[in-house]
Amino acid sequence: MSATSAPITTTPPVTPPEVSAAGKARKRLSSPWASLIAVVLAVLWTVPTFGLLVSSFRPRSDVRRSGWWTFFNDPTFTLDNYRDVLDTSNSASLGNYFVNSFVITIPAVIIPITLACLAAYAFAWIKFPGRDVLFVAVFALQIVPIQVTLIPLLRLYVDAGIAGTFWPIWLSHSIFALPLAVFLLHNFMKEIPSGLLEAARVDGAGHVSIFFKVLLPLLRPALAAFGIFQFLWVWNDLLVALTFAGGGDTVAPIIVGLANLSGTRGTAWHLLSAGAFISILVPMTVFLLLQRYFVRGLLAGSVKG
Amino acid sequence: MGALFSVAESTPAKFAQMLAAILLFAAVMGLILFFAGRVTGRRSDRIVAFAYLAPTMLMLAVGLIYPGLRTIYQSFFDAAGKAFIGLGNYQTIFTDDGQLTVLRNTVLWVVVTPFVATAVGLLYAILVDKARLESVAKALIFLPMSISFVAASIIWKFVYEFRPDQGNIKQIGLLNQVLVWLGASPRQWLVDSPLNTLLLIVVMIWIQAGFAMTVLSAAIKAIPDDIVEAARLDGVTAFGMFRFVTLPSIRPTVVVVLTTIGIATLKVFDIVRTMTGGQFQTSVVANEFYSQSFRSDNQGLGAALAVLLFVLVIPIVVYNVRQLRAAEAR
Repeated sequence: MSATSAPITTTPPVTPPEVSAAGKARKRLSSPWASLIAVVLAVLWTVPTFGLLVSSFRPRSDVRRSGWWTFFNDPTFTLDNYRDVLDTSNSASLGNYFVNSFVITIPAVIIPITLACLAAYAFAWIKFPGRDVLFVAVFALQIVPIQVTLIPLLRLYVDAGIAGTFWPIWLSHSIFALPLAVFLLHNFMKEIPSGLLEAARVDGAGHVSIFFKVLLPLLRPALAAFGIFQFLWVWNDLLVALTFAGGGDTVAPIIVGLANLSGTRGTAWHLLSAGAFISILVPMTVFLLLQRYFVRGLLAGSVKG
Repeated sequence: MGALFSVAESTPAKFAQMLAAILLFAAVMGLILFFAGRVTGRRSDRIVAFAYLAPTMLMLAVGLIYPGLRTIYQSFFDAAGKAFIGLGNYQTIFTDDGQLTVLRNTVLWVVVTPFVATAVGLLYAILVDKARLESVAKALIFLPMSISFVAASIIWKFVYEFRPDQGNIKQIGLLNQVLVWLGASPRQWLVDSPLNTLLLIVVMIWIQAGFAMTVLSAAIKAIPDDIVEAARLDGVTAFGMFRFVTLPSIRPTVVVVLTTIGIATLKVFDIVRTMTGGQFQTSVVANEFYSQSFRSDNQGLGAALAVLLFVLVIPIVVYNVRQLRAAEAR
């Protein structure tokens, strides 16, 4: 479902022509209101996060007694909240959940991307009967909400004897990612000029070597784009993890731990603030580092279920 | 092999299991590629295609299609999943008082979120377009997209936090403190319906506006310069420019953004669960599905709610596809 056919990055492809001094002046005169609205929106979007961030560094008693804005009159600073929330001997600890998040996310990103690469290659570059019908079917599966699948899937996992391990989460995230992954990677593969593949075929390359030597290097941006999507999706997911991992800290990821903490210690803001930031840190870092690819993937269009 | 599929307790054991699982997966993929590479002959293409598609198709059939059909079937059965009750569960959804509140809230979410988030995103994209520090300004709105719904809910719950208004107790939630500064008395924001639902919707708007802004900003930048220049030479005002040049040019993108946010909103349950747990008449279909299926053990009603989600998504997707077709035909 592509919004624009060609991928566009945040930076415009051509540098805009230099605006004349008069143009600049006119713009500046007409836009104090525009600037004001923009600043107000930017502040509204930033202050809530900032308030919680400040609170995570204030001592427990201060967080309970006064608002975070008083920090600037009377700065008090501590790392105790982070220590408490990571210390695994503490009952409110998120340490094990944090580890689980990595163990869950890495395979749940690698598996669907690999599978979708193969499937997308078959759909894009191999002719076989029923190809178009099958592709439309996979594409259409994107609209199935995952809620519809959870309980029967849970039963299948119990029957298979793998309930309560990491496997149901790895498998479920992989399954749910496949329709979108196949669709996106297929679109990217189709954009590669067929002449490149023909040339390789004439040279006697088979499907496997064409895939690895010709396509894979060209697909790197697409893989990065989908990889970030899937990483954020899995890391930030609550529903799949709650259903298949339960609440304990053997398997459940940090988002579940955080949701539990919010449920049981809903007013312990010194812990909630530090816990929330630990959970935010990893996806935000990935996001900032690979923003360019993420935007490209976004613009290639998605209706993730 | 036993350790590969059992519960890993310690951190090293978890990572070892993860590594083993990845290696197992790599080995399976390696086998498929190895055999696909050796196939020759007239029908070789078909065999390779089959080998490449088989794992994906198998997973989709077992993990999406079968469970989906199974849930539809289950939605015609009672709480224990034993007795056939026809459309009874659906009747409950559309007649029971509690369920009607759930439907009302869901409509509120799906109508308000996409339009407000898109409007804010579009406004901001236009305001910061070609401004100094454009990328920094965009990043501020953009960043909440990387935050989980749970963490975002905690961030906003802290904004709405209430302390009883007595003696020397001070407010720690920003919203109530602003009220106090203005001379009003603080209130329990998350208790009064339907205002509380709107306050939960704010969290979703806060997350989705960045998505809208990013996609719309790219669409605005893709408008050909000569159209903008021609309009400017004609002396079109700033609002006229938006109304007659910008908006018509980006209309297909606006539709995609609206529908994408609409679908995402329909399925969100994390925000409701974290902020209120569905109490104080804030539940939505996606949250009610979870409560009925896993808390109240009403399998039939849970299944019917899941099916309802599915049914509600379809018209939005159909509209989206139609609009795209129309845009492509032009």
